[in-house]
Amino acid sequence: MTTATRIREIATTETAAPAMSVVDLLDEASAGLFTRPGRTILTIVGTVIGLAALVATLGVSRTASNRIVGRFDEVAATEIVVSSRPSPGDGISTALPWDAAERLSRLNGVVAAGTLTGVDVGDVLISTAPVSDPARRTDFDLAVQAVSPSAFEAVRAGLSAGRFFDQGFSDRADRVALLGVNAAERLGVVDLSGRPAIRIGDEVFTVAGIIDRVSRQHDLLGSVIIPEGTARTLYRARAPDIVVVETRVGANDLITEQIPLALRPDNENALKVVSPPDQQRVRDAVSSDLDLLFVVLGAVSLLVGAIGIANVTLVSVMERTGEIGLRRSLGATQSHIAAQFLLESTAIGFIGGIIGASLGVLIVVAVSAYQSWVPVLDAPVALGAPLLGAVVGLLAGTYPATRAARLEPVEALRSGL
Amino acid sequence: MPEQPTLELEGVGRQYGVDAPIHALSDVDLRVERGEWLAIEGPSGSGKTTLLNVLGCLDHPTSGTYRFEGRDVAEMTDKQRGGLRSQYIAFVFQSFHLLTHRTVVENVMMAEVYQRGSRRGRRERAEAMLERVGLAHRTEWLPTKLSGGERQRVAIARALLGSRHVLLCDEPTGNLDTANGHAIMDLLAGLHNEGLTIVMITHSPELAGRASRRVRIIDGRLVA
Repeated sequence: MTTATRIREIATTETAAPAMSVVDLLDEASAGLFTRPGRTILTIVGTVIGLAALVATLGVSRTASNRIVGRFDEVAATEIVVSSRPSPGDGISTALPWDAAERLSRLNGVVAAGTLTGVDVGDVLISTAPVSDPARRTDFDLAVQAVSPSAFEAVRAGLSAGRFFDQGFSDRADRVALLGVNAAERLGVVDLSGRPAIRIGDEVFTVAGIIDRVSRQHDLLGSVIIPEGTARTLYRARAPDIVVVETRVGANDLITEQIPLALRPDNENALKVVSPPDQQRVRDAVSSDLDLLFVVLGAVSLLVGAIGIANVTLVSVMERTGEIGLRRSLGATQSHIAAQFLLESTAIGFIGGIIGASLGVLIVVAVSAYQSWVPVLDAPVALGAPLLGAVVGLLAGTYPATRAARLEPVEALRSGL
Repeated sequence: MPEQPTLELEGVGRQYGVDAPIHALSDVDLRVERGEWLAIEGPSGSGKTTLLNVLGCLDHPTSGTYRFEGRDVAEMTDKQRGGLRSQYIAFVFQSFHLLTHRTVVENVMMAEVYQRGSRRGRRERAEAMLERVGLAHRTEWLPTKLSGGERQRVAIARALLGSRHVLLCDEPTGNLDTANGHAIMDLLAGLHNEGLTIVMITHSPELAGRASRRVRIIDGRLVA
């Protein structure tokens, strides 16, 4: 085949715009990237750090806030504690009525309500009945608390032995007591088979059961617990100290509003009602505080990465001026040149995004593992990071690519190769 | 229908700068017929390279008209001029202009990147061109490992790939020793015999003598 036969009849051929296939464009761009792997890697590092920081900080903040919320979830979200405000006159408050628990349990949304009263037993110590062992101490200064029978449910108490007392014991002012597990240990009461008794001063109480777990009011575990009726008769208890209320999930806010009216319709301000802040609000507040900080951090690192890409692309455009000239001489238009450099910078951003996102996820997992947390990561963050990287690369490459495209072919060729 | 010149310059001038303009070309009239081998001689700074760049649509005249196959280049867009170069015009530069990080065959293959047409068989076509210039054994080398003469032959293979029919050479032997220079000239002579239109810049009267026609350019003006 000779050149003569290859020659086109251009007089009959339209001068069409040069065409570059997408595959060729990808080819040329990837050649641009991979012929200088060292530099490409260094350029990618900037984006990697930026996006790893962004993904990691978002992930860690989400994980951490989830953790904080998780602590609230367990018991507190359904808990309300009502106490009386100290009245200005006498030091002792009598704002809560004895039937407070009963009244509140009628409210729709209340699962259980119980009253707790600290009992002032004077200076007497508490001991198990046979006071005969000289070798060890047998009497202790333990707290005595009077509770309504419904309080056991309200604090979610559980027994290791025996039984709770009911309203009958309270009405009869029976001398029965439950021991918190810590109190039982100190007193040496391990099982109830011998029908053990304890002495509070001179009064003897039969031990009805041992409480080994509560979800609220943990000081009960170290106390001697007696029926309210007994406390009123024997120790002249004047009024309950607190009412512990367990609500249904979500009913907390409503019940909190209703309690003062239900207990003290005459003087709503006499009561102090403490309920935990709404769960959703906690999550939002914590998340948005942390997120904002971390997003700013990530954005700054990303900006630094973008400047890195822009800078290196610019240097690369200058270095490859001769190549640009050659490509123009082979028929490349301004758009071809711009497209190639844009694609190169976008690819750098995209690759950086993939590596950065992976690194960020690893960091989140590592931090979570170290803190024994459950890692939480929003899928859009992890999946969006490479796209964000690509966008950063695209934006960073815009100026250098424009410069490259605007180079005069003659000037570009003159610079040599 | 009278034969149309492939390249035709009419009163073409190229000036740089506005305040103290430098006239790189002044009032140049030139016709290059199809299949012709034209040598443009002149001392350095005489405007030969500017003339070649104008002919290759890499530079635009500031006055006069340049017609490529009868069509006024000034009326074309950047895209269309790119199309012209991609389809019809091939360059061979004094300093070869090979991409140092790409292999010989990849450098040659670049000639088709901005053309319409299939990628299929591009490597084989590039290898065929390398064989024509006697470099079949160097296809996977990097240009930096080649001698100057070999590099220029790679550049010529690149110019041949893509079926362009005007070859513009800017001092093609300027960086070569005499033996290599003659080998390149032999290659060009062979291409001329096959019908390729060649415009060649040189400052050597001896090399110019091998062309079918010679013109001289001095201070931007053609002299007979």
